[in-house]
Amino acid sequence: MPKVLLSRIAMARSGDKGEGSNAGVIARSEPAYLFLKETLTSEVVRAHVAGFNHGKVRRYDADNMRVLNFLLEDSLGGGGSASLKTDAQGKTHGLALLRMELEVPQTVLDATPPTQGEGPA
Amino acid sequence: MKDKVLIANGQGFWGDSILGPVRLLREGPLDYLTLDYLAEVTMSIMQKLKSRDPSKGYATDFVQLIDRVLPDLVEKGTRVVANAGGVNPRACMEVLEVCRKQGVSGIKVAIVEGDDILTDLPQLIEAGETFANMDTGEPLAGFLDQVTSANVYLGAFPIAEALAQGAQIVITGRGTDPGLVIGPMIHEFGWREGEWDRLAAGTVAGHIVECGAQCTGGNHTDWRAIPDLGMVGYPIIEMTPSGDFVITKHAGTGGRVDRDSVVHQLAYEMGDPAAYLTPDVIADFTSFAIEETGPERVAITGVKGSAATPTYKVSMSYQAGWKSVGQLTVCGPDALAKAQLCADIVWQRLAYDGYEYGEDERMVEFVGANVCHAGIDVAGAADPAEVVLRMGVKGPDRSKVDRFGSELVPLVTSGPPGVTGFAGGRPKATEIIGYWPALVSKDRIQTTVTTEES
Repeated sequence: MPKVLLSRIAMARSGDKGEGSNAGVIARSEPAYLFLKETLTSEVVRAHVAGFNHGKVRRYDADNMRVLNFLLEDSLGGGGSASLKTDAQGKTHGLALLRMELEVPQTVLDATPPTQGEGPA
Repeated sequence: MKDKVLIANGQGFWGDSILGPVRLLREGPLDYLTLDYLAEVTMSIMQKLKSRDPSKGYATDFVQLIDRVLPDLVEKGTRVVANAGGVNPRACMEVLEVCRKQGVSGIKVAIVEGDDILTDLPQLIEAGETFANMDTGEPLAGFLDQVTSANVYLGAFPIAEALAQGAQIVITGRGTDPGLVIGPMIHEFGWREGEWDRLAAGTVAGHIVECGAQCTGGNHTDWRAIPDLGMVGYPIIEMTPSGDFVITKHAGTGGRVDRDSVVHQLAYEMGDPAAYLTPDVIADFTSFAIEETGPERVAITGVKGSAATPTYKVSMSYQAGWKSVGQLTVCGPDALAKAQLCADIVWQRLAYDGYEYGEDERMVEFVGANVCHAGIDVAGAADPAEVVLRMGVKGPDRSKVDRFGSELVPLVTSGPPGVTGFAGGRPKATEIIGYWPALVSKDRIQTTVTTEES
């Protein structure tokens, strides 16, 4: 299977949720969504973001929007004004997820045409 | 009854561009303009401003905005709903003076009060409310003297009541962000408590527009594909009586409204999408259909909701210690290695003087060497051309936190070569504002609406 960045088949948006952040992964097509629902587990995401998230990762699905919503429970170095970090609000955590490399079946790639403006190349 | 109402949000937070609301009024039709100024930390800052000067404690930007757009409001009849009142909605009535100075009479301004329960906390605790911290479970009683602000997230119905009293400008304190747009929907369509699906539809619409341009192409993954972000249009809800609605923006404005741009914002600050709690309704963000129905038009239909809970959420802030953060720029060659040495030197000199900071009380970042995505392999991160060394400490002892700041700037002359960018000078200790989320029974909170005319 071809190895691609998650950004090839998904988009993302993130922000703060108390002392953690949420990162919504938005699949670019229905086949991409069904593939990610199977493979992009909270364990996979937890390992990927372990450098800046010290808590658990929880996943909620919204099929109608093709969104897998990940809650990174301890990713801000303390919530609100207690954080000393540059990204105290998790604004960049969505793009962090999109930097994940993963093997994607050719059928999913074929059903998900590349877009001109794809995020992190 | 109108068959549709146009409601736009022109301000995503205090500090958002004034061009959002100005252009929304100038560049197309609009029934309602909402403006969101409040974040959790804002309430505490406003409470402090008010304690120093009883005429302060609200979003002064709002008064300046009204001064600028009043002629448009008069000409178009657009009504404004803003949470600009902060912790002092009464003082925000200053907009009446703006109207009078411009010679505009007959403008009705309403304020919604009742969210600020800071002075009522002891009685409420006496009456049985524990205000247990929703994250930790701790009761508030032991922390009561540290609380610096306490505000209830009110719902949309008091806003609708203010509109029913004829107000063209409605000023609230703390309320839910979606409430700003649901108030006008309740008023226009006569929605009632118990019409859960419609109130949930208003909540979804409100969530989509609450951060302004974040649903019209701002902060979009595929940023290269978004046209004319410089002149980005702010979002408009076309709501119908049934609760089905369209998100759009004025013709000719920059940015983009499509399924992707709207879903980006739907995913923002989301918890469990099946249970989005507000004081008016529990909205199910997994229930609706979303589709593009034309250029720059996205329709959302079939939103489901269920009965609201018997409690309000309360947002409290408290004094939680001190912090200090400063930065210097370190150029190459060997920028990262030199910045690492600089950080070591700072801790070494502070330790020599008896100031040591625990692992969770200190922070070092090498900005430019992959700080935001730490732990993820990013090309070029190991050998950046230059690095911003960003360091900070925090803790309960103000003088200890302050001492840190005086060891950063000396690196320019007593560290490795190529250290610069100390223009901000010596960093100082600033207050950490702790956040204490809790619940309170709805029946203990009284809201009032007061209207005055220019």
